[in-house]
Amino acid sequence: MTVRIYEGSGEPAGGGSMSRRSFLRTGTAAAGGITALAAALSPLRELTSDDIPSVESFVQKHYKEMTPKDMEAALARIRARVEKRCGVRPEIRDIRPLDGVEFVYALNLSRCIGCRKCVHACVAENNQSRSPEIQYIRVIEMPRGTLDVEQGNHHYDRPKVPDEGHFYLPVQCHQCANPPCVRVCPVEATWQEPDGITVIDYDWCIGCRYCEAACPYWARRFNFTQPRIPAGQINPNMSYLSNRPRGKGVMEKCHYCLHRTRTGRMPACLEVCPTGSRKFGNVLDPESEVSYILRTKRVFVLKEEAGTLPRFFYYFDERYPRGLDPEAIEIERRLRAEEGDAYGALPGADGPAPQRVAAARWDGGSVA
Amino acid sequence: MRTYLTFLYRCFRLSFVGDWRYYTWMFVLTAVSLLGLNAYCKQFVHGLVTTGMTDQVSWGLYIANFTFLVGMAAAAVMLVIPAYIYRNRELHHLVIFGELFAVSAIVMAMLFVTVDLGRPERFLHLLRRFNFPASMLTWDIIVLNGYLLLNLHICGYLIYCAYRGRRPGKLFYIPFVFVAMVWAITIHTVTAFLYSGLGSRPFWNSAVVAPRFLASAFSAGPAFLILTLQVLRRFTAYEVADRALMTLRGIVTVALAINMFLLGSEAFTEFYTDAAHGASAKYLFLGLHGRSALVPWIWVSIAMNLVAMTILFMPLSRRLALLNAACVLLIVGIWIEKGMGMIIPAFVPTPLGEIVEYTPTLNESLVSLGIWAFGLLLYTIMVRITVPVLAGRLRENGTAPAEEGVAHA
Ligand code: SF4
Ligand code: SF4
Repeated sequence: MTVRIYEGSGEPAGGGSMSRRSFLRTGTAAAGGITALAAALSPLRELTSDDIPSVESFVQKHYKEMTPKDMEAALARIRARVEKRCGVRPEIRDIRPLDGVEFVYALNLSRCIGCRKCVHACVAENNQSRSPEIQYIRVIEMPRGTLDVEQGNHHYDRPKVPDEGHFYLPVQCHQCANPPCVRVCPVEATWQEPDGITVIDYDWCIGCRYCEAACPYWARRFNFTQPRIPAGQINPNMSYLSNRPRGKGVMEKCHYCLHRTRTGRMPACLEVCPTGSRKFGNVLDPESEVSYILRTKRVFVLKEEAGTLPRFFYYFDERYPRGLDPEAIEIERRLRAEEGDAYGALPGADGPAPQRVAAARWDGGSVA
Repeated sequence: MRTYLTFLYRCFRLSFVGDWRYYTWMFVLTAVSLLGLNAYCKQFVHGLVTTGMTDQVSWGLYIANFTFLVGMAAAAVMLVIPAYIYRNRELHHLVIFGELFAVSAIVMAMLFVTVDLGRPERFLHLLRRFNFPASMLTWDIIVLNGYLLLNLHICGYLIYCAYRGRRPGKLFYIPFVFVAMVWAITIHTVTAFLYSGLGSRPFWNSAVVAPRFLASAFSAGPAFLILTLQVLRRFTAYEVADRALMTLRGIVTVALAINMFLLGSEAFTEFYTDAAHGASAKYLFLGLHGRSALVPWIWVSIAMNLVAMTILFMPLSRRLALLNAACVLLIVGIWIEKGMGMIIPAFVPTPLGEIVEYTPTLNESLVSLGIWAFGLLLYTIMVRITVPVLAGRLRENGTAPAEEGVAHA
């Protein structure tokens, strides 16, 4: 048996017309379909003007293809957007790498007390989202006797650090000389600069998160939603490839504070470190402190077997048994004098331990 | 050209014609697709925060489904190889249904990657700066699109020839059939390399990933076809011989056995050496530090596959009811194994040793369901058009679609 639902011939025969009934029925069905489609698309009404790219930003070129004029225009757009969204007029520039410079980091694990001051200084300097929380630096509390990070604790939260029996391992982007994150990016939104810093063009990234899967140091962070920074906490000193505010759906990570370091300053994490564990500089300059450290200390890298050739070195500077290093004793004495009881306390205000999962998960409502 | 446009128009009209079962099925699929679209609009507005993904587990349900579907698409060749290389006559006609299925599977796979993007509106950046050959993702984009075009060409050409009542010119499709055969293997291999090429993820960084992908795809894909062909034969006038189903059954059985063997070898290597990098496998199979969200999934999946394999190895499974049961078990089993068992554990623990578990949210599940519904909708329409054309009931100067019903109750 043939079941016919479609009235009429089903196909317009010759100059044929549909019967009135079938016309009405088709009309009702089509109207129903369109209503359903409109209902399905209705959440799009919540898109703000911020979400819809202007024509200029839509056709904006890749960083490496921009002429100085293109860059000026792009910077002007960013300036206007930041001013509108955050209410501050930023100082934004495109700061290029310096000739004859290759930056490396060296971190003295004997000194680090795990106070997480670097974590929060970095957040403030680099305009990371406060909610959901994005942090570039992870400090891991490690039991003595191992460098296996799986035995570490990311969420230690104690009244005072350091804890006897543990040492502290801060990890951030290692600016690898052979970076897998760069290799996998399908659109070349991330690349290595001549001074060794791996950067991201936030206006080019399509948010596939392949680089995040490829990084052996879990250094990359994704903006799962529009980042939020309370008014007044924006750092207005910005550059295109580093700390300008990012949008929803793009990747970001540590860039060795290139807007500072390419203009002769030190990274924010280094400046804030109370123990002097962090050393940074130009490895091509034999007189630099990092060159001295690489020459004379027994430095090592994390996960050497990954073959990524990090520019971030660790070392244990144990010329003296722990607690007997005159320089360390001097630093501690000074800090105790300056900070009194606060010495060794974890910075409380910003939430000392990193949140286990990005805090502001979507609750089904709209994101303010 | 005019004929071709009329053809397209008649196809369009035809897809709205059917009996009440056809309408119900299409209505449900459309409704679910729209639900998915609605959920996706929410995601588009608020970002991927609407999913269960985090910086720790940065790929989830979407990429899992993508991987599974690439495999299903590749499996269409399992009809083509016996048909053209072994000249199995029964299968010759059915090839086209396999390839149509490949087309819808690829479309679904591509939709799954698209919804996974944080910035889908920037996808044109791919055309402006394409990191080829360094990024495996660019390879994947090339092979998937190529495979889609190949299959569209083969199916489109054969169907259009039947419509015009012409004999298809061998030169216009046989070479493409052979290219598509090899190409099918590459799509799944390249997709496997996407994962196994990451040194940062020891769970993926293994040579057995690609063979395992192929083995599991070549059992789940033909199993799906066994089910589809029976639906086809039940609801249309199309003849599908039991012998064709039995050929597919043979393929499914062997591929499933190979898949189980590879899974076993992998588990052995991970567990016997007890190496530190076995943490993800431990998390998957046994749980790690009291976290064990995936443990029930993987064991259910293994149990399903084992039961399916046992049924298939028994001569009893020549009975269609049993064969169908085995196929369903194995499709679900392999879907779990590819998703929960292959993508997610690689992120747990993170490269820095942190353990964060992943559960898909309602919203991302709806998006996924929507894509599946849309893919099935596409497949149904394509089959709806193909059957009367191949059966000679829709011809250039032939009958109107409404006069030949789909249903033979
Ligand atoms: S640490 Fe990770 S993000 Fe940084 S350069 Fe290396 S691979 Fe890339
Ligand atoms: S998330 Fe962005 S930077 Fe990372 S691989 Fe994808 S496009 Fe490239």
